[in-house]
Amino acid sequence: MTTYEPNMVIVGEKFDVVGTRPVRHDGVDKVTGRARYSADSFPNGLLIGKVLRSPHAHARILSIDCSKALALPGVKAVVTADDLPDVSAEIADLEEGAAVNYGFYSRNVLAREKVLYKGHAVAAIAALTSHEAEEALDLIEVKYDVLEPVLNIDEAIRDGAPVLHDRLLTQSSVLFRVGGWGDEPNIPSTNLAMKIVSTEGDVEKAFKDSDVVVERSFSTKAVHQGYIEPQATTAFWDENDRINVWCSTQQVFAFRDHVAAILDVPVGSVTVNPLEIGGGFGGKGQGGVYLEPVAAVLSKKSGHPVKITMTRSEVFKGTGPTAATKIDIKLSANKDGKLTAVKAKLMFDAGAFPGSPVAGGSRTMLGPYVIPNAVVEGWDVVTNVQKSSAYRAPGSPSAAFAMETVVDEIAKQLNIDPIEFRRINGAKEGTRQPANGPVYRKIGYMETLDAAKNHPHYSAPLNHKNQGRGIAAGAWFNFTGPATAIVSVNADGTVALVEGSPDIGGSRAAMAMQVADVLGLKSEDVQPSIASTDSIGYSSGAGGSSVTFKTGIASVEAAEDIKIQMKERAAKIWDVDVNDVEYDKSKIKHVSDPELKFEFRELAAKLNGTGGPIVGRATVNPGGVGNAFAIHIVDVEVDSETGKVEILRYTSIQDVGKAIHPSYVEGQLQGGAVQGIGWALNEEYFFNENGDMLNSSFLDYRMPVSLDLPMIDTVLVEVANPGHPFGVRGVGEACLIPPMAAIANAINDAIGIRMNELPMSPGKIVKSLREI
Amino acid sequence: MTTKTHVQTTINGEPVDFLCEPRQSLLECLRDVIGLTGTKEGCGDGNCGACTVNIDGRIVTSCLVLGVEAQGASIETIEGVADGTNLHPIQLAFLEGAALQCGICTPGFIIATKALLEKNPDPTEHEIRFWLANNLCRCTGYDKIVRAVQDAAKRMQEA
Ligand code: FES
Ligand code: FES
Repeated sequence: MTTYEPNMVIVGEKFDVVGTRPVRHDGVDKVTGRARYSADSFPNGLLIGKVLRSPHAHARILSIDCSKALALPGVKAVVTADDLPDVSAEIADLEEGAAVNYGFYSRNVLAREKVLYKGHAVAAIAALTSHEAEEALDLIEVKYDVLEPVLNIDEAIRDGAPVLHDRLLTQSSVLFRVGGWGDEPNIPSTNLAMKIVSTEGDVEKAFKDSDVVVERSFSTKAVHQGYIEPQATTAFWDENDRINVWCSTQQVFAFRDHVAAILDVPVGSVTVNPLEIGGGFGGKGQGGVYLEPVAAVLSKKSGHPVKITMTRSEVFKGTGPTAATKIDIKLSANKDGKLTAVKAKLMFDAGAFPGSPVAGGSRTMLGPYVIPNAVVEGWDVVTNVQKSSAYRAPGSPSAAFAMETVVDEIAKQLNIDPIEFRRINGAKEGTRQPANGPVYRKIGYMETLDAAKNHPHYSAPLNHKNQGRGIAAGAWFNFTGPATAIVSVNADGTVALVEGSPDIGGSRAAMAMQVADVLGLKSEDVQPSIASTDSIGYSSGAGGSSVTFKTGIASVEAAEDIKIQMKERAAKIWDVDVNDVEYDKSKIKHVSDPELKFEFRELAAKLNGTGGPIVGRATVNPGGVGNAFAIHIVDVEVDSETGKVEILRYTSIQDVGKAIHPSYVEGQLQGGAVQGIGWALNEEYFFNENGDMLNSSFLDYRMPVSLDLPMIDTVLVEVANPGHPFGVRGVGEACLIPPMAAIANAINDAIGIRMNELPMSPGKIVKSLREI
Repeated sequence: MTTKTHVQTTINGEPVDFLCEPRQSLLECLRDVIGLTGTKEGCGDGNCGACTVNIDGRIVTSCLVLGVEAQGASIETIEGVADGTNLHPIQLAFLEGAALQCGICTPGFIIATKALLEKNPDPTEHEIRFWLANNLCRCTGYDKIVRAVQDAAKRMQEA
């Protein structure tokens, strides 16, 4: 029997460096203020840019007159959509099942024919100081023909609704999920950009034959990733038409590609130089290009580097939150506890341009289960609000909120413990994901359920009548992608690791530790850094919980490459057959002659004189991704007078495959849980009838603070992913899937009410209490 | 061009003079004029704590202080917390306790923690959470930050 302690790790395989908790390599810079984030670049001759944003949610742009603004002293350049090429609607594949249509992407960066949400960028100014640029914004004269906006899904899909895009077709495949804009003129347009359906078995018959059927409807609001660092970018377009961009991005190479496409310049003329990222959570990922092309054109026109930094209000109004949703679910089971059928309809609010994560939500919500009959329908709807963007496990938290509360209700009706119910129906190696999904390879869901059931939290007594406990599950598939790593041996026996995938929360240390483990070195003997797009091979970015997996494999293979070359070098020095040389921990030695051996450090010192330096390299695009499963347990107390929900205790349990640096894996789980608590209880975009976001500050968009919370306990369950040399599964997203449902289920346990809307704010709780 | 004011301050123990416009915040002056970019801007309106500095013994959000108001003040920023190359026990506790993920909030938390522990060397968990409630962190869920502050308190008492 395991003895539980806070933040415990149920350890799988043990390694020398992997699984330990060294100080991270970039840590000192970050506790001393030296680390350079996106707003911290100050090249010589820097101008400051500011963006003019639309005051209307929906309007046609009739004219833009910048002459007065340009005449203001200190103003050096102005940009509108006329300065960007009218790029085609070509679709580019992105990661995490996303795609982009550059016609739309470009129009989100700077509005062209129409403004489509309040906060949509219309023009920008570069001036000597930010205050001068701000003054100049007031002098830009834009004439609008104001149109009626559609601000939510219901308005957008009703008959006769105003349409956002002149030529938008409803697509029926995820492959075309970014809409059919751009081809033929004169087609009847729509706000329904995509409708996808996946079917398996006979749902209607199964409902008829089942012992219990529960049918519920849910809705969730847009919420923001809430990274503390606002978007900022500095660009310099030089006389040779080389464009350098310094910014914080989760996608260094994809940003380069998108900037080049939007500016219609060769990819090779753009260099993206990654700076430290002050939080991203998806918002600085594939869809995160807002300022870069704008700053680049301002730079071209002014001949100076230009920096644009968003204010917090601009971050809320001008970047993508996650999609608001409406979800209907019908679920059935038999008395033996077996789920029989599910029918779900998910409608996601993509915002101004198509491309919500509805496909991801539709699939992951059923991920923890085996259900023989399923119909899942997903809608992607455009409305006059911010273009939605990725937020940690895109699409899944809202979908799981719906699914996991219905599962809880069915389990209660059948009088089966909710963890046991999930065991009965749980996904295992070899089971197929519902609605004709893929078959699971090795996964650790059962082990995760067991760890939850055995955790003392699950059986601890609750002390008050308004207290309740809830659990919920989450599945996330995790992603992969191309990645490059280069390891160079230094003469002192240390190595330098250069990688192309950015670090959004400590992954650099995880890469270095994998290299150290392979080479038999210490973590601090490996110096990791993230390179610019000119300094390393193509690398996909930090998204889909993929970096520690894919870039980890690249790092491991680059380290293996070093081993081979070190053996070859030793063989050459000793004049022996390389097959008689072995690499053992940090030693290179001859298999039979005990005299012939080098410490890594000794051989490293001899490289230059014996044939030259040694550099290991690897480029990969690995398969073998390991899916992640999580169970969260939460205790709440509901104040029935005020409706306030207090989180009393929280435990996040997840199969992480192998925790390379357990502290930072725990940090992912803890941070995910707290983002989920905010999403569950407080956070929402609050619009008035004109599409104005009324709470665009951290005062009014209230994210959890330390005082709102208890300690967040974690259990890391290590069921190795056979597709990674150390067993890694991605960890950063599964942990934001269960919280909302777990809290809703706990509220139900406390006061007997089923909440079907997020956020479950005090007003809504009081209202629901009055209704019973 | 607005007329600039000459402001004389002490920053991290050294005399620092700078010129600023009346409308510039102290945060802007620190970052854009003086070049101390360790102090971060997360919101510009007093609601995130990333710009926290210590002025004459009190912690303030520097985005809400005007540069000209700093005349004669003694200011401590994150750049002044370590003693030369020796990290402060709070910095060590954050570092070794993995109390930062992206790190953008860290300077603000460290400045705020230092003021707390100078006032209250042995705070309870609740006192720590209450004191740090002005500082937003979106990455960590605060768990490891609270533990790091407890650890820092212990290190400082033992020192
Ligand atoms: S930047 Fe000053 S409180 Fe946020
Ligand atoms: S570590 Fe990222 S905001 Fe605190």
